[in-house]
Amino acid sequence: MLGYIDKIKEVSKRLLEEGQVEMVIGFRKGTLSMMNEPHFARTPAEVQNFVWDSNCGINLCNYLTNRTEKIGILAKGCDSRNIVTHIIENKIKRDQIVIIGVPCKGMIDRRKMSSLFEGEIDDVIEDEHNITVKGAGFEKILNKKDVLQQNCAVCIHRNPVIYDERVADLVDEQTDIDRYADVREIEALSAQEKAAYFEKLLEPCIRCYACRNACPLCYCPTCFTDESRPQWVGKGQDTTDVSTFHFLRAYHCAGRCTDCGACERSCPVGINMRVFTKKLEKDCLELFGWEAGLDPDVRPPLDTYKPGDPDDFIK
Amino acid sequence: MTIVQIDKENWESSIKKLFGAYRLFGPVKEADFHNFKQLEAGQLPDLSCLNTRLSPKSIIYPQTEVMFKYTLDENEEDHHILKEVDKDYSPQAVMGIRPCDAKAFELVRLNFDSPDYKDPYWLNAYTATTLVGLACESPCKTCFCTTAGCGPYHEEALDVLLIDHGDQYWAKVLSDKGDAFVTAAGWTDAVDEQPAIKEIETKKKTAEDKISAFVKTDNLRQVDTNELYNAKFWEEVSFSCINCGTCTYVCPTCWCFDIQDENRGSQGCRIRNWDSCMYPLFTLHGSGHNPRGTKLHRVRQRFMHKLKYYVDKYDAGIQCVGCGRCVRLCPVNIDIRRVCGYMNGHVASAEACEV
Ligand code: SF4
Ligand code: SF4
Ligand code: SF4
Ligand code: SF4
Repeated sequence: MLGYIDKIKEVSKRLLEEGQVEMVIGFRKGTLSMMNEPHFARTPAEVQNFVWDSNCGINLCNYLTNRTEKIGILAKGCDSRNIVTHIIENKIKRDQIVIIGVPCKGMIDRRKMSSLFEGEIDDVIEDEHNITVKGAGFEKILNKKDVLQQNCAVCIHRNPVIYDERVADLVDEQTDIDRYADVREIEALSAQEKAAYFEKLLEPCIRCYACRNACPLCYCPTCFTDESRPQWVGKGQDTTDVSTFHFLRAYHCAGRCTDCGACERSCPVGINMRVFTKKLEKDCLELFGWEAGLDPDVRPPLDTYKPGDPDDFIK
Repeated sequence: MTIVQIDKENWESSIKKLFGAYRLFGPVKEADFHNFKQLEAGQLPDLSCLNTRLSPKSIIYPQTEVMFKYTLDENEEDHHILKEVDKDYSPQAVMGIRPCDAKAFELVRLNFDSPDYKDPYWLNAYTATTLVGLACESPCKTCFCTTAGCGPYHEEALDVLLIDHGDQYWAKVLSDKGDAFVTAAGWTDAVDEQPAIKEIETKKKTAEDKISAFVKTDNLRQVDTNELYNAKFWEEVSFSCINCGTCTYVCPTCWCFDIQDENRGSQGCRIRNWDSCMYPLFTLHGSGHNPRGTKLHRVRQRFMHKLKYYVDKYDAGIQCVGCGRCVRLCPVNIDIRRVCGYMNGHVASAEACEV
């Protein structure tokens, strides 16, 4: 994946030079280790700032919403599936964007990395399979596989599903992956145990909405949490209000979530709110054989009716 | 001011004495990180903590705070009348607070305790609080306190400064509140002051030298407000921002709140919640117009407030103590140090010529 950057710059430059796009959306190097910042280039010269490595976990599709320019956009597997979802939902027209596909091998979980070491991490250097972590008084080589974001570890769509340009050969998709072990564990709990589990999970939430705002699906002009007439949810730290926000948001993502992990990655207090969206993803798969964002020409199950649709959950 | 020494072996027993006199708060590790929590009787503050994930501001200024209660039941005599709620303003002490976070209360005070307005909730809680700081021996890479008006041994806002001294702590008493705290803890063993002060100076210097991040703020007052407001760099700065509330909620110096009435049946309360200038709702008018309608407006507002309007209004430095939390926790890595550099180095005429 490290070798991609030359090709990324070359393609981006060409698209800008030829006037095919007015801007390209990618990443620039962050000011912290394991952080890159979503960034744009409007001129061929600005392309120089682009970087690509395993710290590009933010979903760039989020930056397409409501833009009017002709845009080139770098897209990992998950980003490309959210772009497809944007197209299906008429959030963007296919011909407004040039998709630069980036076959992905997974992104580093920076929270997990930090939790592995007592002191601060100064520097993280990666090669194809390993990462060398340096900090005050320690240096360690880790296998990249062991420190991937959890969603990346169970990802089965690493290759972009739709693209106009591609910066590298397709990568092998992971097979024999158990995507839903975590969901099954929660499913097995009793109602009371589930309630307790969710309450504990959400206890540290400060309602900063980073999870919602990092998500390309959450583009509603006024989110239900922000509505004031009527006011659906209280705005304080009351546990019922906090969990209502999370449960409802998850349901709004049903059949649309691509498990890109941007929400979890963004949370300042390390909450894995993906357990909610994953449960719904699993339901969509089991009930409708549906995976979000694979094909711009197929309508999602929640906005179509088929006579054979399962209905035994209606009691 | 006196400096007393506490043998670490007596630490636990002296903390135990404090529970009678104070509600004690300190860093507690839960899951992967530390936060300030009220300590249960006998629980020790975890002073090994680098710094807490969230700032301690919520101890004095909770994220959600009930101000009034009322009833809508017209059978009750006092229906539709706001009534004060009982609050616990008994003495509380925050142990292990960092000098930067303590200094942040001084900044926030300019807002909550001004000649025109006195915020009773903030002030009462603040008055009830003793700040027992812990000097930083190993600042984070993202800390830039020394160029943000404080430092790892900064004493300004503290009542007591604790200094790790091998198998002892030294406690430097900095105020009457601090004196009362030290007395309550039974820390009476004063050290020989002159050499101690000298040694603290040396340790302070060592800690300050470890700070590796800096901001330049010398030009912020001079830059013309309108030119800064119209600077071109805001598009680049704001592009990646997702307008979450993370930077403002984790910041010890952000003070904005929103007021809500919440009813259950006929009973209700008026509460205030932290709010964030990063949210579109923050400035939305009843008419539907939003004067800060785009994310560029909102990102600019956060930085202009902290690094220009505040500077101009109070002449007390920037509205930032350099704790680095927003830098560490912004999901997309917007870095106030970079933005401060742009603002401080802004040369208006250069951009004007380009037009
Ligand atoms: S809910 Fe989370 S995982 Fe799903 S698309 Fe949104 S950001 Fe990605
Ligand atoms: S990002 Fe985390 S803290 Fe913020 S609202 Fe979401 S779950 Fe809560
Ligand atoms: S600067 Fe970062 S933390 Fe602040 S609102 Fe923007 S994305 Fe969120
Ligand atoms: S602006 Fe950032 S660095 Fe400054 S005090 Fe607030 S959180 Fe800390």
